[in-house]
Amino acid sequence: MQLVQLLVSGAAQGCIYGLIALGFVLIYKATETVSFAQGDLMMVGAFIGLACMAFAGFPFWLAVPASIVAMAAVGFGVERIVIRPILGEPAFSIVMLTIGIGYVSRGLITMIPGIGTKTHALPVPYKDIAFHLGGLVLAAEQLVIIGVTAALCAVLYAMFRYTRAGIAMQAASQNQLAAYYMGIPVKRLNAMVWALAAMVAAVAGLLLAPITFVHANMGLIGLKAFPAAVVGGFGSLPGAIVGGLVIGIVESLAGFYLPEGVKDIAAYVVVLVMLMVRPNGLFGESLRKKV
Amino acid sequence: MRFIFKTSYDQDIDLAKHGGHRFWYGLLVVLLVAATWTVPEYWLSQLTFILIYGIAGLGLMLLAGYTGLFSLGHAAFLGVGAYTEGVLAAQGWPFPLSLACAMGLSAAVGVVVGLPALRVKGIYLGIATLAFGFIVEEGLARWESVTGGNAGFHLKAIDLFGWKVASAESFYLLCLVLAVAATLAMLNLLRSPTGRAFVAIRDSEISAQSMGIHLARTKSLSFALSAALAGMAGALYAHKLNFISPDQFNILQSIDLLLMVVIGGLGSVHGAFLGAAFLIAMPQLISLGKDWLPPAIGQAAGLQGVVYGSVLIAFVMFEPMGLYGRWLKIRTWLQLMPFYRKGMFKRQKSFQKSDRLK
Repeated sequence: MQLVQLLVSGAAQGCIYGLIALGFVLIYKATETVSFAQGDLMMVGAFIGLACMAFAGFPFWLAVPASIVAMAAVGFGVERIVIRPILGEPAFSIVMLTIGIGYVSRGLITMIPGIGTKTHALPVPYKDIAFHLGGLVLAAEQLVIIGVTAALCAVLYAMFRYTRAGIAMQAASQNQLAAYYMGIPVKRLNAMVWALAAMVAAVAGLLLAPITFVHANMGLIGLKAFPAAVVGGFGSLPGAIVGGLVIGIVESLAGFYLPEGVKDIAAYVVVLVMLMVRPNGLFGESLRKKV
Repeated sequence: MRFIFKTSYDQDIDLAKHGGHRFWYGLLVVLLVAATWTVPEYWLSQLTFILIYGIAGLGLMLLAGYTGLFSLGHAAFLGVGAYTEGVLAAQGWPFPLSLACAMGLSAAVGVVVGLPALRVKGIYLGIATLAFGFIVEEGLARWESVTGGNAGFHLKAIDLFGWKVASAESFYLLCLVLAVAATLAMLNLLRSPTGRAFVAIRDSEISAQSMGIHLARTKSLSFALSAALAGMAGALYAHKLNFISPDQFNILQSIDLLLMVVIGGLGSVHGAFLGAAFLIAMPQLISLGKDWLPPAIGQAAGLQGVVYGSVLIAFVMFEPMGLYGRWLKIRTWLQLMPFYRKGMFKRQKSFQKSDRLK
């Protein structure tokens, strides 16, 4: 029973990693770059949700779509202002750029007087509800996280698999120039992908908020989502979730059975082992580079 | 305008291409030595930090700027160097010996970290080094019998065969000597076949391999040399602060190092030192500017992050060659005085190609 309890709480934590990793994978799949700002976008999303509920007085069901839409606008704006001018530059430049975006957004949130430096609780309706299932205690927060993640993953997977926009995004990622020649509006697609990634980040932020509270450094959890994305294979949407689950469960088990301190680095040990054994991840396509 | 008429190969690989180089770099060295006695103590200590970060920057420049492998865990090498030096100094080893050990151990760790680099590249390598950085930081915090854990670790003054380097001036001179030596070694390396091999790997792994470069060996060597330089910087850093704790070598320090080489200018030795100067000068400039801003902005905690982030974004967007690239443009403008054309350094339109399919 202890083990099942650990598995459930690990899975809930893993779903958060998976959701942030989904953002990485979305941007990676469509633009072949890695966004280090994903964790910070999540933080901004959580703060927007907080602003809607605690300060503007929106009810929960209105605050969620409002903050998701607001984050879509933020993602769109970020792409438009800083990413688009350097479209086509080496991936390294864009990585540095997203690190810069992370710094700026964290700094800007901290600068909001009276709010930015404090820790807040997000008043969600399902707070403090727990189900007892034969000795097992299931917190509603954890169940909501697992459910929403599964649904979101299915929707995104279907989008990339069946819609024209999704297939066009994959084409643009494999070869920008060829995609241009085939009449794919690469720039517009990029903006869409960033908006989508920001929306996913907002969902992750809202789900995480009841567990860890809302504060300016909550985005640092994004650093744990990298291992999740790598374990799943960087280009695979279901892989991101599975990777997140693996990392979350390993962490939760390591925290209980292994000495103190191992929990914090368990994710990184897993990713190093993964890179040595299977660099392409569990679900990544393995393609040889040809001349 | 200056035309250099080359008559021999020696002239082609000379470190100082012409008299101007000799004069200006000679003057720089003289000024830096003179600074020991003329500059107030606070600014001297800032100069020392610039030299130390410059050495670490040289290491990262070799790896990221010249070999094209970028590391998000470079602070870990700094930490390994710092702790090795600290532990050995506490046992009374003479400084040259303990410094060599710090560099050697860092290099050995660098080779181990470089192992994944033989199989993965690009962002995967970044994540492997990131993971390694976290593991080292945690290890330093948990291995309490040696490192003192999170409580930190105090260092003794440097012992140079009986001569104690205790004053700020003598420590500055020591850093200056080591920085100059590291720079000369780096310049020398870069004009040797090994250095050319690094650049070849950066530009195209496949063509480097087909020219007979042993990829695995060269990449490991690059990691080892880079880590050794970071280890040297770490040892000096530990002595400069007299106190080390694991959180000085965390991910933010790694990102600072990366930010330093990008802002300085990737792929230039100057860039390491220009970036270090920037990194050290920035907090000073921010605290100077604070007084001019309205208190709501000037006193806010996040100001530094916003400024760092915006400067980084601005450099990537407008000056990808960094501070050194800006200087190159100014110098070219001065050299070509009336003939400088506006579009001379215009970036070519490029299209991104996938690393996955090529």
